[in-house]
Amino acid sequence: MEVLTAIKRVPETGAKIVLTEDKRDIDTSSLGFTFSPHEECAVEEGVQLVEANGGNMTALTLGEEDATEQLRSAIAMGADDGLLLPTDGGEWGPKATASAIASAVEAEKTDFDLFLFGNESADTANHQVGVRVAEHLDVPCVTGVKDLDVDGDTAVAKREIPGGAEVYEVDLPAVITVKEGLNEPRYPSMRAKMQARKASVDQVEPEPTDDGLELLELEVPETDDSPADILGESPEAADEVVDVLEELEVL
Amino acid sequence: MSTNDLPQSAGTVIIGAGIVGSSLAGELAERGRDDILLIDKGPLSDPGGSTGHASNFIFPVDHSKDMTKLTSVSRDIYRDFDTFTNSGGIEVARTEERMEELKRRVVSAKSFGEEAELLTPEEVEELVPYLNTDIIKGGFYSPGAGTCDPLRAGELYRQQAKDKGALSTAANTEVTDLHVEDGDIQAVETDAGTVAADEVIIAAGLWSPKIAEMAGVDIPLSPAVHQMVSVGPIERFEDGEGEINYPVVRDMDTQMYERQHGNDIEVGSYEHRPILWDVDDVPSIEEAPLSPTQPPLTEDAFEQSMEHALEIIPDVLDDPDAGIRHSIDGLLSVTPDGHPLLGPIPEVDGLWSCAAIWIKEAPAIAREVSKWMTKGHPDIDIVAHDHVARFDEYGETREFVKSRGAEGFQKTYGIVHPREQWQSTRPLRTSAFYNRQEDLDAEFFEAGGWERPRWYESNADLVEKYSDEIEGLQRPNEWDSRWWSDIILGEHLHMRDNVGMIGDTGFGIFDIVGDDAMENMQQLCVAEMDVDVGESAYTPVLAPNAGFVSDLTVARIGENHYRVITGGAHAGQDKTWFQNHLEGDVELIGRSSELATLGVWGPNAQELLNELAEEEMSTDTFDFAEMKEVTIGPVRVQAFRISYVGEYGWELYVPMDQGQKLWDTIYEAGQEYDIRPVGTGVYGETGRMEKSYRLMGAELEIDYNPAEAGLTFHGVKDADFVGKEAYVEAIEAENAATLCTLSVTDHAPDGGEPRFMTGGEPILDQDGDVLIDDEGRRSYVTSAGTGPSVGKHLLLSYLPQEYANEGEELQVEYFGQHYPVEVEVVGHGGVFDPEGDRLFRNDY
Repeated sequence: MEVLTAIKRVPETGAKIVLTEDKRDIDTSSLGFTFSPHEECAVEEGVQLVEANGGNMTALTLGEEDATEQLRSAIAMGADDGLLLPTDGGEWGPKATASAIASAVEAEKTDFDLFLFGNESADTANHQVGVRVAEHLDVPCVTGVKDLDVDGDTAVAKREIPGGAEVYEVDLPAVITVKEGLNEPRYPSMRAKMQARKASVDQVEPEPTDDGLELLELEVPETDDSPADILGESPEAADEVVDVLEELEVL
Repeated sequence: MSTNDLPQSAGTVIIGAGIVGSSLAGELAERGRDDILLIDKGPLSDPGGSTGHASNFIFPVDHSKDMTKLTSVSRDIYRDFDTFTNSGGIEVARTEERMEELKRRVVSAKSFGEEAELLTPEEVEELVPYLNTDIIKGGFYSPGAGTCDPLRAGELYRQQAKDKGALSTAANTEVTDLHVEDGDIQAVETDAGTVAADEVIIAAGLWSPKIAEMAGVDIPLSPAVHQMVSVGPIERFEDGEGEINYPVVRDMDTQMYERQHGNDIEVGSYEHRPILWDVDDVPSIEEAPLSPTQPPLTEDAFEQSMEHALEIIPDVLDDPDAGIRHSIDGLLSVTPDGHPLLGPIPEVDGLWSCAAIWIKEAPAIAREVSKWMTKGHPDIDIVAHDHVARFDEYGETREFVKSRGAEGFQKTYGIVHPREQWQSTRPLRTSAFYNRQEDLDAEFFEAGGWERPRWYESNADLVEKYSDEIEGLQRPNEWDSRWWSDIILGEHLHMRDNVGMIGDTGFGIFDIVGDDAMENMQQLCVAEMDVDVGESAYTPVLAPNAGFVSDLTVARIGENHYRVITGGAHAGQDKTWFQNHLEGDVELIGRSSELATLGVWGPNAQELLNELAEEEMSTDTFDFAEMKEVTIGPVRVQAFRISYVGEYGWELYVPMDQGQKLWDTIYEAGQEYDIRPVGTGVYGETGRMEKSYRLMGAELEIDYNPAEAGLTFHGVKDADFVGKEAYVEAIEAENAATLCTLSVTDHAPDGGEPRFMTGGEPILDQDGDVLIDDEGRRSYVTSAGTGPSVGKHLLLSYLPQEYANEGEELQVEYFGQHYPVEVEVVGHGGVFDPEGDRLFRNDY
């Protein structure tokens, strides 16, 4: 079974986000980078499917050269290969990203059975790339999946909806976008991490297309600065805590 | 923003509520401070500094006596709070060189009273079954090592102070400014209001420089990365109870450690390239994903460490279920010399620093600083090597701190020779003689930032000339001869036979000037200071307990004008002590960078200088220890008839801009006598050791009083002075120990290579037990150096009274071997020229 999982390098932010001077980006000077919990689940799922069924799991990302670091993290989690679609670091919109990924997939020798995406990226959260790639490749797509079974040429994907769940059975190849909770992503072992650092990562130059979108400015939402009330130190604070909980009607 | 109502004023404000600030609160409350406010910009109990991410293990053995003691006391404190787990610890060696170093650590453990032993790889395996013993040569076992919980200890310390009604805390409160008026601290301004304060302690860890800057002063430290990852769950650890069931392992040769923490193993590294941060780049609590001091791991820097960890503990790291659950570039504080930054900040009265401290020694340091604040001095010596003022006048720039900090970081688990020199940012302070000395192939050592020749390669011919005298004193062993040269022995003998010029000695020099100068000097010095203009004295400066604050030379160069001359490495400490004690119409003026010092000593010194000087320079015109102006060639200098090498001659103090001319004048005229430049290898070691002259920070320290140090020759003057009562008491009481000079009588008792001790080794009785005096103080070598004129390798050590007898035969342990030694001199007086005939020129 051939699985391709797409991930995106995003800054690992704290509670307060600091913007660059032109307000068009996040100031990442003291931040690390990661990929989102949804995508961690996607990688884990792909790795588990390949472990169970044999085959190969390829991690793909579109981004600056440094995004290789995230591909290596995926390899440390068990991905077999990494594929970077290098950019100059600027943000590509969902349309351009999807088009580049689809072109790369078509150019690959491998016939993929399954394309896994995170439901949305952790930074821009456009919810589009997976869907657009499916459109390009002309394969079925299920989004927001929190339970996935693959049996031969079919996948059974379950997504939560208010008050219940929807279950889809789709023929492979297909695009599945997944959400956190799908599985429990593993922490890579130290040996895997070290080997991943030495793994080679392929690059395929993506063809930029016009997205028709331009980011003008980011805005940081007002944060709730209301002060925390210290009710006392345990255990004498217990009564007051109960009062507050009652006031909030949680008791 | 704070939710606390800040008081309008507080007696004591502590900035920073990590383990250091919290310990300070508890210890100060214990010593009677009853109005303490503890402020932190973060929440309690983990405000987000280095305390929150430390690996929290305690290895008690250090090559420094004071650090070993501070760690041991801290361990007791953690234990009393029930926050210490005694897991033991093992330092493993992958190389033979490291095994030698581990032997040296056993010796230090013995010197300073900590249990330790060497282990074979098999013995290591018994204690740590998951360690790959195929790649190690053995280990150093410290059964007293363990782990602690500094966050909990901090909580308990704060609670203790609160229970006394002495402490209020203000968490989530950021300090925005410090108010200083006329050199006094006034108030601490925060985002929740301003608090007037009598005294303020900066205990803000790696943010300390930023806080200090608010008062216009420096705390020279830099944030630096220490990488750490946590791997788990490890099946092997699941059955154990508590946090840790195996000894902490330090893989010394790779500068790494591995320690169990519950079901995880923490792998930490000091192996990676130094990654120093600018304090302004450290994110705020709100911006930081984990905490401000836990930025994400720099992956490429950690690559080699992963390989090394997998080599040493593959069994646990390859546990099939275990993964890297946590990985950080943990930020901690580094300083230019690796020591903490403690004590009063010289420029601002009432402002203290307590920063750059490891978890393992924090509570004890806080205790000692609190004593310093409340009774004027600590009981463990944190002054000589740890005073915040030691970089005064030179070592406080960001670049200096970063380059030395980076260099020091790489020595964290290094094998550091006691004489090892720093390499970065040199030369920094060069005297007027520097260019000439460089031309003469000087090998420079650094003291107080000054470049000082240790010896001159151009004197290599002297080794040949004195080959008979120095035979048997050369050092065939590489360790013994590292940062050393037998040329030193040749220079020494040449000076004793002929004449040598020694400069610059890198002194700390400052003047005390004003109508009340004499009264102040009387108050601070043991020696009589109401002397004639031109007279001088070598004098101890004491703490109230009669422990040593300093020993220095004071000359009265005017009615209301004293010149104080002290060791360069001790200049900042002494200036601060004087500054903080001066009263009335008097001021302190720093002179260190204005004056160069050239010593001209030896039997031909008088003849040579007399030819050059306009005035007569002889015993007729100069009393011993007299200082007055003379003109040498075109240069006017202050000539001071004194010596630290036991020879007749003068120290010449010359304005820095004319120093080179003075050097040239003397050097050229001296060719007739074959004058040689002589290094501090003679000045600071061979010359002084033959005379048993004491060195501040080695022999002279807070632990021993002047009677024990053999420095009571001043008697007791009528005038009052700091420490007088205790000084009188010490003179009247029977010494518990006395400083003695010993010589090594056999350098190779079992045959083989003769060995030469470097200092720090324990003194043993004939049964091989370390000598311990009635006050529990252990005998160890405070200084070691060869005396070429007496043909012996000499050691200074405090010996319990019953062993302090001339001719007493004892032993010294060095790298695990015992060597016989004999007591040469008890108390004051040297092995060479004990009557001082040369110094006083009694034979002329």
